[in-house]
Amino acid sequence: MDKAYAYILVMALVTYLIRALPLTLIRHEIKSPFVRSFLYYVPYATLAAMTFPAILTSTNALASAAAGFIVAIAFAWRKKGLLTVAIAACVTVLLVEAVL
Amino acid sequence: MNTRSWLARGLRDGLPICLGYFAVSFAFGIQAASTGLTPFQAGLLSLTNLTSAGQFAGLGVIASAGSYLEMAFVQLVINLRYLLMSTALSQKLRPETSIPERLMVAYGVTDEVFAVSVTQDWPLSPMYSAACTAIAALGWVAGTALGASAGAILPARLTGALGIALYGMFIAIIVPPAIEKKPVAAAVLSAMALSTLAAYAPVLRDISGGMRIIMITMAVAAVCAVVWPQREEGAHG
Repeated sequence: MDKAYAYILVMALVTYLIRALPLTLIRHEIKSPFVRSFLYYVPYATLAAMTFPAILTSTNALASAAAGFIVAIAFAWRKKGLLTVAIAACVTVLLVEAVL
Repeated sequence: MNTRSWLARGLRDGLPICLGYFAVSFAFGIQAASTGLTPFQAGLLSLTNLTSAGQFAGLGVIASAGSYLEMAFVQLVINLRYLLMSTALSQKLRPETSIPERLMVAYGVTDEVFAVSVTQDWPLSPMYSAACTAIAALGWVAGTALGASAGAILPARLTGALGIALYGMFIAIIVPPAIEKKPVAAAVLSAMALSTLAAYAPVLRDISGGMRIIMITMAVAAVCAVVWPQREEGAHG
């Protein structure tokens, strides 16, 4: 495909600019209490919105995804680390799909 | 903490991201090959973009022979959430952090690396991001190249199970603070509820996934910021 490199370049430029502009332009502490509070909630809101309901379609079947979701919450509730929770979810999906 | 322990911590937190990325990018590589990209082009695309949703959408534009303007617009809309993440991260760095270091941190602003970075104590070391991003990008590029060149080595059952890995990580990040802080729990639950509504409700479901995430994030964060302002802990919390 001859146009592939041009497409890749356009994609990379746009994506990198979005990432680089705030980090390089905002170089001081933001004082506004509203903006600071807003930014405090951004990661939780984003990650939650990205996780659900998308997690339910992330595997081969709804049942295995739902089981993995529940197990992940249970492990996270006990403050297990990222890798442990991720592996527990994957193993649960494998087990449930082996039974299905 | 010294540079060495920041690097070690970055690698430790980057490992599950690397594994999760490998699974997702393997699927991306297969799709890239069927769109007509060579394994090298697919790998280069992953190395230079380092983003899942944007790359999958990009393949769609390439497959339909869309214009470069259309490609730019699709990437802008889908990846605009990084603008919010990058802004939040700017508050985790020391003000005197150099431009090259900031540009390096910027390369790694993905949903996952952002998630583990923003939950570190202030001030965040750019070395943490560098280590975390390096190992995550390794998984992303290797998975892409392998998927593109050797399609179906992994059984579908295994790739299907690995697909949940990244979400498992997100859950590990958001659940513990949500148990301890009611406002965080409110933000998490309302974001999930709105996200479900937006995924299935007429009209709303036609909005692109990336745009839906941005709208939900802004609405939830704004409401929570008004109802439960964070004082001293704020962005440094």
